[in-house]
Amino acid sequence: MRPPSLRRGVRGGAPLPLLLPALIGLAFLVLPLVALLVRAPWRSMPELLTSTEVWQALQLSLVCATAATAVSLVIGVPLAWLLARVEFPGRGLVRALVTLPLVLPPVVGGVALLMALGRNGVVGQWLDSWFGITLPFTTTGVVIAEAFVAMPFLVISVEGTLRAADPRYEEAAATLGASRFTAFRRVTLPLIAPGIAAGAVLAWARALGEFGATITFAGNFPGRTQTMPLAVYLALQNDPAAAIALSLVLLAVSIAVLAGLRDRWMTAS
Amino acid sequence: MTDPETTTLAAPEPAGEGLDARLVVERGSFRLDVELTAAPGDVVALLGPNGAGKTTALRALAGLVPLTGGHLRLDGVEMDRMPPDARPVGVVFQDYLLFPHLSALDNVAFGPRCHGATKAEARAQAAAWLERLGLAEHGSAKPRRLSGGQAQRVALARALATRPRLLLLDEPLAALDARTRLDVRAQLRHHLAEFEAVAVLVTHDPLDAMVLADHLVVIEDGRVVQRGTPADIARRPRTDYIAHLVGLNLYRGEAEGHTVRIDRKSTIATTEDLTGPVFVAFPPNAVTLHQDRPSGSSARNLWHCEVTGMETHGDQIRVALTGELPLAADLTTVAAAELGLRPGARVWAAVKAAQTHAYPA
Amino acid sequence: MIRTVRPTRRMLQVTGAGAAALLALSACSSSDGSSSAASGSSASGSGSPKLSGEVTVFAAASLKESFTTLGKEFEKAHPGTKVTFSFGGSDALAASITGGAPADVFASASPKTMKVVTDAGDASGTPATFVRNQLEIATLPGNPDKVASLKDLTGSDLKVVLCDKSVPCGAAAQKALDASRLKLTPVSYEEDVKSALNKVVLKEADAAVVYKTDVKAAGDKVEGVEFPESADAINDYPITLLRSSENTETAKAFMELVRSAEGQKVLNAAGFLNP
Repeated sequence: MRPPSLRRGVRGGAPLPLLLPALIGLAFLVLPLVALLVRAPWRSMPELLTSTEVWQALQLSLVCATAATAVSLVIGVPLAWLLARVEFPGRGLVRALVTLPLVLPPVVGGVALLMALGRNGVVGQWLDSWFGITLPFTTTGVVIAEAFVAMPFLVISVEGTLRAADPRYEEAAATLGASRFTAFRRVTLPLIAPGIAAGAVLAWARALGEFGATITFAGNFPGRTQTMPLAVYLALQNDPAAAIALSLVLLAVSIAVLAGLRDRWMTAS
Repeated sequence: MTDPETTTLAAPEPAGEGLDARLVVERGSFRLDVELTAAPGDVVALLGPNGAGKTTALRALAGLVPLTGGHLRLDGVEMDRMPPDARPVGVVFQDYLLFPHLSALDNVAFGPRCHGATKAEARAQAAAWLERLGLAEHGSAKPRRLSGGQAQRVALARALATRPRLLLLDEPLAALDARTRLDVRAQLRHHLAEFEAVAVLVTHDPLDAMVLADHLVVIEDGRVVQRGTPADIARRPRTDYIAHLVGLNLYRGEAEGHTVRIDRKSTIATTEDLTGPVFVAFPPNAVTLHQDRPSGSSARNLWHCEVTGMETHGDQIRVALTGELPLAADLTTVAAAELGLRPGARVWAAVKAAQTHAYPA
Repeated sequence: MIRTVRPTRRMLQVTGAGAAALLALSACSSSDGSSSAASGSSASGSGSPKLSGEVTVFAAASLKESFTTLGKEFEKAHPGTKVTFSFGGSDALAASITGGAPADVFASASPKTMKVVTDAGDASGTPATFVRNQLEIATLPGNPDKVASLKDLTGSDLKVVLCDKSVPCGAAAQKALDASRLKLTPVSYEEDVKSALNKVVLKEADAAVVYKTDVKAAGDKVEGVEFPESADAINDYPITLLRSSENTETAKAFMELVRSAEGQKVLNAAGFLNP
């Protein structure tokens, strides 16, 4: 692999009409983060980092985002396969429905989840009366809210990869005696692994920052449903400095995790 | 086929071994209707221009395209409703489609694994196949590290490892460059000759077809236009496409004894004594060109023609001519230079009757 | 894709409408009137002030219904004036004001958020309490769990939601609990009073400790239960003129209307107590 370089051949650097907007784009994304760093209450940081509530929230955030990503993988990858590989009437509509959580304001998503899975919800009332399961105000509820919001990112990413992948590999597997499921598991899945990984990272990041659907569906209780974004939001009411500090902790941890994963893929491939 | 009773139940009329198929596939305005029969050990080539339906026929045999009509029996077993993974069929795809994430060995072991072998058994079988195809030391290589010829052999090993009763090869040599092609073609011929069941290969290259196959089935526009042994088809082409493929001048006309009348305006003298509709064929190298009308020549056919085009063809020059008859002539570069040939030049073309070949149409 | 987009949009509307109905309680609106420009403060006689121009009022979300009514009355009484409201959480509004948002009047739901504005030097004059809001327990319609006091919420296995301690209603509820030495473990500390109430409206929680005004605004979707301990945690609503005001006469006139007997009547109707 060649290291990417701005300088290419005799024709000099990247053309200005591309370079300029690219740098503006970078600044646009990075500047708010820099501002956070500049204004961060570095002196009160140690005190915040030793607070059990912060650790609880951080731990809960990581656990729930990871669980939501796992849920998204288990049901989202087959869904993406269905959308990419199986012709059925109304497929376009189903694809639009899948992306719905992307446009829905997360708070509305949370309300919709309550209406569906709440104690009094369309499905939730049966869960409650038959199995005694109630989802709101539980950690499971957090995972569900996060998965609801994050899964479309995974599905879209995986479906795109599947569409780009050559379906004839599945045919080749079939001629070798593989059932459709075996072909999917042993051929398609490894082939689209990079797309799945990218989708999983997007979903994880989205789940980690999820606020609206989580607080609406799962509520806010320290140690059970209070994730970092919720803690940040509530800190913002009283103590904006603490909110900035908490956000930085969340940012640092997510950057560490993503960078760590990236390194592992780079060395694996 | 371990239980003889089931065998009789499955095939009440003891059908012969091998392939017996009539493949009908309709898709939009295209209709494929091809009959194919072959005995175990036969190598059949489907030859035809692009879009003729060869690959569709192959995919129908593999079960990747459903039949809309006809039938498909292999060794007496009805196969036309069987899903591809249940058919005892192996396929070598045009670009091989080796699974890029698996090593050569695991590619070959894939089939046996799907057929119930344990991982160790499958790998042992795969290793044996690779060994047999001379790839023993490439087992651990990923497909992208293999040369074109090696990849082709891995694909063949992968298809053979399921011990298919029908081996299908889609343009098996098309992805190779000219130099490796020669080698690989020879090896493939060797392996196909060893294969004990039916092999069907699809190609648009007449040389591949003639070298590799015992029987040719020529398909044009979804239909069989000619079938026979390679030698038969090369000598007696029945369509312009085949004649062009095998490099023959081909005419259709009305025979009266040793004379064949073409289009009412010109005639060809032949050695065969025939009457009625016939084909007449002769190779381009049977044509000699002359600046002036040759006299005292033993050639019995003589036409005044105009040069319309020239192209190099190996170490020869192929000259396209029009006039009384459209025809192609091959001559050496030296001869072409001596004659001062250029498009528009008028020359005499001569062909000995003994070098033509007439046969009933 | 047209075929698929249409049903999607329809679904969105349906979902959106349902959600909008639910969230209407907490909706913040900011009508954007672009009428005649503020004509500056005209020194007019105190006897018959001739008021004109636009006044922007930042007010706590719980004041939405009453203030909207009062704004219309004010405009009717003083033709040529226009009152524009921005309703929202008091904290967010205070943050906007200290951040430089142009406003004439700030009506907050707690002295604490008002203090943010006065500390920043953005208030003009001393804030005055114009109403008070008392806590009430919101229960499911018909009060099926027979809740009669704050104590009833503690022992049983009822699902109770409280406001987070960082928002005024949560602080007030905590004060009431502390005063009566009760320990209450809710299922959730909600981020504001409206989402606490919504959990009862949606029947996800059995009870919530919210303001009387919120219970009143929710109509028959919840049932309010007054409890004696609430006397220990009554929330004062202060109002003040802002330093950035460019139309102080009209702004003061509006504040007077709010504090007048007529204004108090409208606020009482919404469940507020007189100061």
